[in-house]
Amino acid sequence: MIIPRLALKNLFGAGLRTWLNVVVLSFSFVAIIGLQGIYDGMNNQAVQALTDAEYGGGQYWQENYDPYEPLSLPDAHAPLPEALLGLKDAGLAAPVLIVQGTIYPSGRIQPVLIKGIDPEQSVISIPTHFLAREDIKLPALIGTRMAKNAGLKKGDTITVRWRDAQGTFDAKDVRIVEVMRTTAQSIDRGQIWVPLKKIQELARMPNEASLVVLAQDTEPLKEGLAGWNFKNLEFLLKDITELVQAKTIGGSIMYVILLLLAMLAIFNTQVLSIFRRRKEMGTLMALGFTRVKVIQLFTLEGAMHGVLAALVAAIYGTPLLVLFTKKGWAMPESVDSYGFAIGDKLIPTYGAGLIIGTTVLVLLVTTIVSFLPTRKIAKLKPTDALRGRMS
Amino acid sequence: MENSFLIKTKELVKIYPIGWKKLAALDHVNLGFEKAEFTGVVGPSGSGKTTLLNIIGSLDVPTAGSAEVLGKKVEDLSNRQAAALRNHSIGFIFQTFNLLPVYTVFENVEFPLLLLGLSADERKQKVRKALEWVDLVDRAKSKPAQLSGGQCQRVAIARAVVKKPAIILADEPTANLDAENSHNILQTMEELNRELKTTFIFATHDEKVIRYIRRKITLVDGKVAKDEVMNPTKAERKGQ
Ligand SMILES: Nc1ncnc2c1ncn2[C@@H]1O[C@H](COP(=O)(O)OP(=O)(O)OP(=O)(O)O)[C@@H](O)[C@H]1O
Ligand SMILES: [Mg+2]
Repeated sequence: MIIPRLALKNLFGAGLRTWLNVVVLSFSFVAIIGLQGIYDGMNNQAVQALTDAEYGGGQYWQENYDPYEPLSLPDAHAPLPEALLGLKDAGLAAPVLIVQGTIYPSGRIQPVLIKGIDPEQSVISIPTHFLAREDIKLPALIGTRMAKNAGLKKGDTITVRWRDAQGTFDAKDVRIVEVMRTTAQSIDRGQIWVPLKKIQELARMPNEASLVVLAQDTEPLKEGLAGWNFKNLEFLLKDITELVQAKTIGGSIMYVILLLLAMLAIFNTQVLSIFRRRKEMGTLMALGFTRVKVIQLFTLEGAMHGVLAALVAAIYGTPLLVLFTKKGWAMPESVDSYGFAIGDKLIPTYGAGLIIGTTVLVLLVTTIVSFLPTRKIAKLKPTDALRGRMS
Repeated sequence: MENSFLIKTKELVKIYPIGWKKLAALDHVNLGFEKAEFTGVVGPSGSGKTTLLNIIGSLDVPTAGSAEVLGKKVEDLSNRQAAALRNHSIGFIFQTFNLLPVYTVFENVEFPLLLLGLSADERKQKVRKALEWVDLVDRAKSKPAQLSGGQCQRVAIARAVVKKPAIILADEPTANLDAENSHNILQTMEELNRELKTTFIFATHDEKVIRYIRRKITLVDGKVAKDEVMNPTKAERKGQ
């Protein structure tokens, strides 16, 4: 117990130097947790938004369906198997039929995906109920990005052209019944949502679908379905997870620099104090300290910078981070173009794992940085130390 | 009478390499020190006084020969054993006081007792007593920086005697003090020597110290040149 007491005393005795180090270190502490929490929040929010609006509890894909291969789309449809129909009727699944089409907003040609979905569905959080309009022949729902891109607004009518199952071109006017705001671009850009029944009819693909979205927390069917492949959430979210990870690595460079800066300050303090406090070490040895104890003392003294920094960081960091989680970050428009489904506001998440992990990391690194310079003490002769000399 | 020696050196040699020459700081030194001695080691600068004290204090090891302290051969001790010997049985007093700057007077004196693992009550009692000896009870809460040189050295003496060690080694304890303070601390040490039967060994140039010591060992070039009885006490005079 004598070593921690002495270490603490020495640390406080050093005054301003200690507090400078502690404050710098606490900055990196708060920055690491703050930044990482933003990325975690980004990830969670994006995952949540995509799960809510698009992926549900996973999707069954018709075996030819491949979102990265537009050429495969004309073949990516098949009648719904019994089992999926059952899920649909139970309200646990929403089939989506995707047909390639073209629109001509103000004379330009623009390819679109026409997506048929049951207006009654509640599996994903698209406001499909707007499509339940008996008075309109072909109601359509689009997102704000699509609306902006194509210069469309609610109430507009536009001609859509597509090829049906036989490859014959057909065209119809659709009426935009609603422009929806959604954070998930992947259900917005270049897409027109229409009632499933209508597009099945028009494309001559009765009772067919390209994919079926399961409701969240719905178990996929036990047995496989011929011609349909189940894609779980992990697979569907892979892209976004990778994207966030890439951003995290980019962001972590900044806090690695911050951490390095703090470590350099502590390392410097340690080297200096080991150089300047030889006589004190000699005295401690004369009083009965072994070299090992002196090393422990000086290491602990340095490592306690980390402990103090954690405390200081907790004092001003906690209210700060709580404020962040309460207020969230207003997201600039430009973030939307990153491809994240975040929305206008980013709510950081500060999990226990993040906080404990960061604390352990900082304490570990501080201890190592504090220990390294003390190895010189191992070779120090008490007599030389007492004279205040280097060996 | 061999056994009555607290400290005994046998053909003690300490050699320092100076460049590619060798310097014998101690050259076959044979000395014995008994309980309750009050002895000064004198000699010109560089004659080996500090080196001798350091080896006796197990802070250093001999190059050849032997130094036996309280029945233990310094040259055979491990780091740990040497530290334990210093902790339990040897008090050091330095020319530059060497107090721990962040500790108060009380805590500085308490420090060796903490290392010995004494209880808080025991420590408090012993520290109080030690501070009474050196007449610093009223400065217990001061930091070393707030004390004069003489007061600092008295704290250092209290720190050395608080654990009642068998031996106190004092290397030039008066070199940084004025005449009045020097006499003051020498008187204190003399009293402690008489009361506690602690063996004091000084390394010194100081005439004032020489007036107090009862045995004077003169080193020249690492060799014992003279070993004489000084200012003998009544008991010693009777014995002669
Ligand atoms: N660590 C060392 N390395 C090399 N030489 C040393 C070392 N320590 C002491 N010496 C040499 O050993 C000799 C004796 O030194 P020591 O310090 O014992 O002398 P001293 O009698 O205490 O002198 P002073 O009165 O100046 O304190 C000196 O010549 C000194 O230069
Ligand atoms: Mg000397």
